[in-house]
Amino acid sequence: MQNPQPTMPTPASAYGARARVWNWRRALSPTGNTGDAVFRAVLFGCALMVLLLVAAMIAAMAANSRLSLREFGFGFLTSSEWNPVTGRFGALPFIYGTIVSSLLALLVSVPVSLGVAVFLVEQAPRRLSRPITFLVELLAAIPSVVYGLWGIFVLAPVLRQYVEPPLQKWFGWLPFFQGPITGIGLLTGGIILAIMITPIISAVVRDVLAAVPVTQREAALALGATRWETTRVVLANGAPGIAGAIILGLGRAIGETMAVTMVIGNRAQISASLFEPSYTIASVIANEFTEASEAIYLSALVELGLILFLVTFIINAAARLLVWSVTRATSGAART
Amino acid sequence: MFRTHQTTRRRGNVALATILAVGLAFLSACSGERADSTTPGASGDTVRLQGAGATFPNPLYQKWLSEYGKINPQARIDYQSIGSGGGIQQIQSQTVDFGASDTPLTNEDLEKAPGELVHIPTVLGAVVITYNLQSVAQPLRFSPDVVADIFLGKIKRWDDARIQADNPGVGLPATDISVVHRSDGSGTTAVFTDYLAKVSPEWKTKPGAGKSIDWPVGIGGKGNEGVSGQVKNTPNTIGYVELAYAVQTKLPVALIKNKSGNFVEPSLDAVTAAAAESLPTTPEDLRVSITDAAGANAYPISSYTYILVYKEQKDAAKGKALVDFLWWSIHEGERFARDLQYAPLPAEIVERASAKLNSITAGGKTLRGA
Repeated sequence: MQNPQPTMPTPASAYGARARVWNWRRALSPTGNTGDAVFRAVLFGCALMVLLLVAAMIAAMAANSRLSLREFGFGFLTSSEWNPVTGRFGALPFIYGTIVSSLLALLVSVPVSLGVAVFLVEQAPRRLSRPITFLVELLAAIPSVVYGLWGIFVLAPVLRQYVEPPLQKWFGWLPFFQGPITGIGLLTGGIILAIMITPIISAVVRDVLAAVPVTQREAALALGATRWETTRVVLANGAPGIAGAIILGLGRAIGETMAVTMVIGNRAQISASLFEPSYTIASVIANEFTEASEAIYLSALVELGLILFLVTFIINAAARLLVWSVTRATSGAART
Repeated sequence: MFRTHQTTRRRGNVALATILAVGLAFLSACSGERADSTTPGASGDTVRLQGAGATFPNPLYQKWLSEYGKINPQARIDYQSIGSGGGIQQIQSQTVDFGASDTPLTNEDLEKAPGELVHIPTVLGAVVITYNLQSVAQPLRFSPDVVADIFLGKIKRWDDARIQADNPGVGLPATDISVVHRSDGSGTTAVFTDYLAKVSPEWKTKPGAGKSIDWPVGIGGKGNEGVSGQVKNTPNTIGYVELAYAVQTKLPVALIKNKSGNFVEPSLDAVTAAAAESLPTTPEDLRVSITDAAGANAYPISSYTYILVYKEQKDAAKGKALVDFLWWSIHEGERFARDLQYAPLPAEIVERASAKLNSITAGGKTLRGA
């Protein structure tokens, strides 16, 4: 242990430092402790690494996609053609597939995840909640290729035989459920993603709800609220955390590659029907990058990576904005 | 609190200083690492060789490496199956000692390399048509134009008159055909589409041939396992996979009508026959497509897979080890091919590839027999 005496400046010397020679040790830590200064520098370095990494990735992708950026310009975003033979490339079907499959996943996963989390925190007896929590966390750790194989051999045949035919029979007048039934396509991709992100969202939401003070529940119950009303109070309390969990899940859905590739059908097309095959940005990169040898082809694939980066960024920003506006409105309402 | 104006300003300095400090530390760490990696590893008599490329021949190449390692322990050879595209790039940038590709290099790719590249064919592979029709017991037969039109989406139903004409007496179901193709760029797709472009003028103009193409119809499966998984699981599908994969997983495979008008079952002998029948048209540099080969027993969707080496080797010791390994591979190594479902090279091609190996030099001197 070091003696704090020499490093601990008296208030007089701290405020008089301005006129004197620059003291690095004091400059690094306003509190004047060497250990703290080093600790602070290390932490700042860690944070800086993340920034450097993001900057380096964007720079590398921008540099490597220069050829494609120059050749196709803005048309890359609006073109639906993806033809490696003729060297014409457009990203629209991939952007569409990525966004629709991720949103579909959220649509299925969020209600289920909230249900799981609320049950575990609010309703389940302890001897049931412990093993279920453990299982949920176990599901989050399964590698995505395993989900993909399960998707091909179990999920796709089940959807083809038992789910898609009734959907088409009853809701076939909707454009979402038309076309041939193959068990492979946007719907299957969305569902496999939903299954993959449910453990993540529910695990985080569970922690968020567990952190809501018990006094909130007791207050609600004391006012004569039912279980359902109490749960709503708890959910409102954890809203920002829940939103964070959903964004985390969305992030995984957008970037997920292997499992989606195995069940989405890998066809660069835009179709309203969820039964039709589709394609995501991450999938096309994983599929075609290893064998792409022409410069323009490689460049177009790298530009897709850049777009995935931007799509993730925009969706994240939009989600945060939404959360911010919603929570601001509710907390404002609570105050009045 | 007690944070004054001065301390806030100092915090700005703190941030700046820390950025500099961390930046410097980062730079020095990088340069230190770079210096380490460039120091040559003094490893005595052992020669280390690096290869990278095609995934299709990988099981055989790994077998060769382990067998060759037993008789030549001083040669330490590694092969990474990163895909033909990666193999071509790495040999062009000289980060590996040999590359591997399922398709011969284009003239454009050859010009990009800093030296003359030699193609050494190692074994042969084939692409087979597989399908899922529960009601059909005997193997289906296809004419080339029928295959092309199914994958073009022009023949849409299994009971189409043209499929029936190839399969007289077979009870074909009255259902739609679902096409499954590879979604990942692959030599398998390159060989299959090269064949389709040869037998169908329409295919040649519209989708064309390549490792990845814009498919007119169908859904994409990743890898041989992705395609076969979807074909196995979905009734009324048709797809294509490597011969070796189809044999190992016991998929139903179709007979294809070759140039001589015979329906040929895909087999290792029929593939070697396709290579042998193509000898008259095989150019001096051995870059050749043997799809749609003539000859009564030739299976028409076959191809060579190649190893790529520089004709002029920079390092005589490494060059000698490399040439010796390749020589062993195409002579003694060929006997491992059959067990792993690769078709061995015809004798004449082994001879011509041997001549290629003999022409490889280092510092102006040939390496074989030196």
